[in-house]
Amino acid sequence: MAGGPSLMDSLFQRSLEDLIKGLRLHNLAAGTAAGTPESSTFVSKSIDEVRREIKSTDQQTKTTALQKLTYLHSLYAIDMSWAAFHAIELSSSTIFNSKRTGYLAASISFNSSTDVILLLTHQLRKDLNSGNPHEVSLALQTLSSICTPDLARDLTPELFTLLNSNKGFIKKKAIATVLRVFELYPDSVRVCFKRLVENLENADVGIVSAIVGVFCELANKEPRSYLPLAPEFYRILVDSRNNWVLIKVLKIFAKLVPLEPRLGKRVVEPICEHLRRTGAKSLAFECIRTIVCSLTQHELAVKLAAEKIREFLTEDDPNLKYLGLQALAAIAPKSLNAVVENKEVVIKSLSDEDVNIKFEALRLVMAMVSEDNVAEICRVLINYALKSDPEFCNEILGSILSTCSRNYYETIVDFDWYVSLLGEMARVPHCQKGEEIENQLVDIGMRVRDVRPEVVHVGRDLLIDPALLGNSFIHRILSAAAWVSGEYVEFCKNPFELMEALLQPRTNLLPPSVRAVYIQSAFKVLTFSAYFYFYPEEALAASISEVGESVHNGWCEQSSDSVSGQTVTFSEPDEGFNPRMLHQPQKDASGNDGKKMISDLEQVSSCSVKMGHFTKDCLVGMVNLVESTLRPMAGSHEVEIQDRVKNVLGLIELIRQEIHGCLVPKEEENDRGELKACEIVRVMHNALSEELGPVSLSAQGRVPLPDGLELKENLSDLEAICGDFRIPVLSSFSLEKPRSLEKDVVTVSDQQNEEECEPSSESTSLLTEHRKRHGIYYLPSEKKEKVPNDYPPANDLSMQDKVNDEADYLVKLTEKSLVPKKKPIAKPRPVVVKLDDGDRIHINEKLTELKEDLISDAVQEVLLGNQAVASSSRTDKSDKSSNRRSRKEAFRPLESNADSTTVEIAELGNKNSRRIKHRTHGKERSHRSSKKATGESDRSDRPSSSHPHGKHKSRQRADGMENVAAESPVIPDFLL
Amino acid sequence: MIKAVIVMNDQGKPRLVKFYSFQAVEKQHELIRSIYGVLCSRANNVSNFIKVDSLFGPDARLVYKTFATLYFIFVFDSSENELAMLDLMQVFVETLDKCFHNVCELDIIFNFNKVHSILDEIILGGQVLETNSSEVAKAAEEISKMEKHANSVTLVPSISGWSNR
Repeated sequence: MAGGPSLMDSLFQRSLEDLIKGLRLHNLAAGTAAGTPESSTFVSKSIDEVRREIKSTDQQTKTTALQKLTYLHSLYAIDMSWAAFHAIELSSSTIFNSKRTGYLAASISFNSSTDVILLLTHQLRKDLNSGNPHEVSLALQTLSSICTPDLARDLTPELFTLLNSNKGFIKKKAIATVLRVFELYPDSVRVCFKRLVENLENADVGIVSAIVGVFCELANKEPRSYLPLAPEFYRILVDSRNNWVLIKVLKIFAKLVPLEPRLGKRVVEPICEHLRRTGAKSLAFECIRTIVCSLTQHELAVKLAAEKIREFLTEDDPNLKYLGLQALAAIAPKSLNAVVENKEVVIKSLSDEDVNIKFEALRLVMAMVSEDNVAEICRVLINYALKSDPEFCNEILGSILSTCSRNYYETIVDFDWYVSLLGEMARVPHCQKGEEIENQLVDIGMRVRDVRPEVVHVGRDLLIDPALLGNSFIHRILSAAAWVSGEYVEFCKNPFELMEALLQPRTNLLPPSVRAVYIQSAFKVLTFSAYFYFYPEEALAASISEVGESVHNGWCEQSSDSVSGQTVTFSEPDEGFNPRMLHQPQKDASGNDGKKMISDLEQVSSCSVKMGHFTKDCLVGMVNLVESTLRPMAGSHEVEIQDRVKNVLGLIELIRQEIHGCLVPKEEENDRGELKACEIVRVMHNALSEELGPVSLSAQGRVPLPDGLELKENLSDLEAICGDFRIPVLSSFSLEKPRSLEKDVVTVSDQQNEEECEPSSESTSLLTEHRKRHGIYYLPSEKKEKVPNDYPPANDLSMQDKVNDEADYLVKLTEKSLVPKKKPIAKPRPVVVKLDDGDRIHINEKLTELKEDLISDAVQEVLLGNQAVASSSRTDKSDKSSNRRSRKEAFRPLESNADSTTVEIAELGNKNSRRIKHRTHGKERSHRSSKKATGESDRSDRPSSSHPHGKHKSRQRADGMENVAAESPVIPDFLL
Repeated sequence: MIKAVIVMNDQGKPRLVKFYSFQAVEKQHELIRSIYGVLCSRANNVSNFIKVDSLFGPDARLVYKTFATLYFIFVFDSSENELAMLDLMQVFVETLDKCFHNVCELDIIFNFNKVHSILDEIILGGQVLETNSSEVAKAAEEISKMEKHANSVTLVPSISGWSNR
């Protein structure tokens, strides 16, 4: 009864068709949603059936079972690795259907980790030798999809035979399979390469097409090796009329031409001819692509290509339009004219309904950006962004941001405009580029001194708009706005308004990290206000310090006087709110010099004068506002927020104390040394107005090594290890690194502030010390001098114009250019890494250098790395072969010299014969190797590829020698 | 080189899946779902390309074409010409049409094996081998004839064996 169940199975077995019908039924019943329980129970039931049936001894039953399983595997992602052995079993069946099923299952489900795969070797060999072409073709198909190094090695002889098959049907399949075999078992190249090359001259288009396809793949990986075949490819390029073949040949030449410029001269004419004559768009496009990628030195060809691209662009077919735009993008770096000529089409394509076309057009528009038109283009693009869908809108914003920031904003002349554009972008409804805008706002604020007032202005506009707080995408931008407002608070026209904006109730919508920035900015604003209140003269003096160092000094001496005088005045409420009045009493109080200076100041810094609002009442008002808002947050669970709130509250305590202290006569307090709070505010202000700047990539390198610190050796090791990784990071995200350093700085200063809140002069001095030392980590101060003058004159000029109208503006302007010097007087700190031109250029040069290194590295890698990989996959003897290869390459240019060629060949032959003796895998190797020396070919650089020549020549030695003689001069001739 | 050929219907159900470099089957289906996600959001009269760098690697391109309820999808790398791939797709569909006489989705659903053998005649190991649909159809017919022949031969002994018992 053993046959019983199997018989029943075969009679009542569900066929594949039944299975499919069942699946469809269950899917329909279960609605459209796939993977519903019902259909999955059906699937698992079917698999159970398959598991039972597949064990059947009846071939037909087994076949059907495997078919069902394969179907489920392929379309329902059911595991079938357990059935691998059954597939192999069926592939050995004499019934074609079963064999086919077995092979199909194998080719779909096997991979290199399938352990039974080696059991297939024998069957594959048998079928490769079969008389039935369809069986051979099955075996070839299977081999090409599941080939492993072992299979490749074992079946290379069969493939070699098939490459000479008289049936084109088989031959071309064998050719395509050879490609996979080459990849997995490079030694097979030595066996089969010659036959491949011979077939290049085959009359059958199908075979040539297959061969050219294989060479196209090979040349893709390592083009240099196939240069010697250029004459054959050239012949095909000129003679063939088959578009498939021509496309592949063009692809090969696109790889070869850059390696050998002389080749370009030869092929450019036939390619242009094809481009002119062909009616096939695919071939035309391939010609265009070859020209714009590889033949850009040939101006006529490029011109022709540009014409043809234009035709593509005017087509209605969106595919052609898309490809045309792509080609245009490829041509853009070399011939921007071609793009500009098609400007209209490109701009129109921006509003195409096809996303691909829109994106491509956007890329092209960005390629057209230059200093002169950046404003115009950005205007147009922002308008598009406002109208388009969120995805494309953000694509536009992203490309504006990346284009404008390219190379340290090299296209931007008018930074005021750019900063206000950033502010505008934040208000684009779909804007999701918060992070990038944030980075750029902060970055520009730090790098471009002159633009700070505008940055603060833009920041203010963003901060005071409560509606923006509801949009989580722009929280990052708000964070940047808050940061710049706090950091450059001296440019703020109305600190009180700013403070209100920073503390408005809707800020509770912000994520904690951004809120912490808000509070930190509030801290800075408060410090600044308090400082201004306590030391108005100093604050003013600082802002005009460039006018005269003496002013500052003078004020320092007189500070105590004036403070007392001033505070007394401030206590009179009426005058407090009039900025002009504010300074009147001061004049009386101060000395003669001071008087004069102050009257100057009053006019010079009317921006700052607005801060004259900071009468006592006003400060108290601000303090109260801050306190009432922040006090409840002191218990926040967010550490960042809590921390900063505590800082602010600490500062408030100090200020309070001082304000109340004001009632007591100042002199006494001074004598008793109780004016600490005032001093602390000043120190804090000074600390906060230290400039944070971008840090040079090489900053770390300029840090002098402290005595006794032995890091150098280890670090240089590290450099060797990490060098490769660091470079790409820097070139693509060059701003990232500086910023992270800056963040460190910020935290450092935060700590400092925090500690400064404690009224301990000791720790303060320690921290100042620390800061001083910390300063070492920035660029040396040499750059500082360049700062004020070098900044884009255009900017200044435009400013000047406006200035004429408004005194305020004048003040602002002067103040702006003066601010830089505010700090340096305190101590010659090198922290002032403003982005000055010198520095920028320096960094740029550095970057380009790095890039070139990268490029040449990549080239090296492509040329040699691949070989290394290829040879490493061989046995260790191949070390020699790679040596030999590189030597051969070195010799190639000299090959026109016949003597050196022959010497080289002889040498190679010797080497080969030596090497080959080591090899063990070929059965007949040893007896062949003795002859090899004579026939070693120079046809290809690859030892692997040259080997087969040797091998064949060993068989047909007589003509082998002739070949060598005939071929070697041909190549240089052709190339010349 | 062609990386994958996929046929799926407008519901995103795969009908034919062939990858030319090994991918775990779960990964294949994940890719198919991602592709479908992009495909179904595209209008009818737009270009036939999709950017698939994120799915298949930096060099990869994808063309697709809609035939009735089916999406035909070819994924390939820079060694292939985009427009030629569209032509090849046309060849594939023409061949299917010849083999099934006015091919429709059901033909492809129920002729899993035959569709595979047709595709295998056109593309082998990612290389385009035959671009003439008549040649392909001829080969495919030969194969199915052999299969049928083999089937009728094998059925006889199994039944006779049964009747003898």
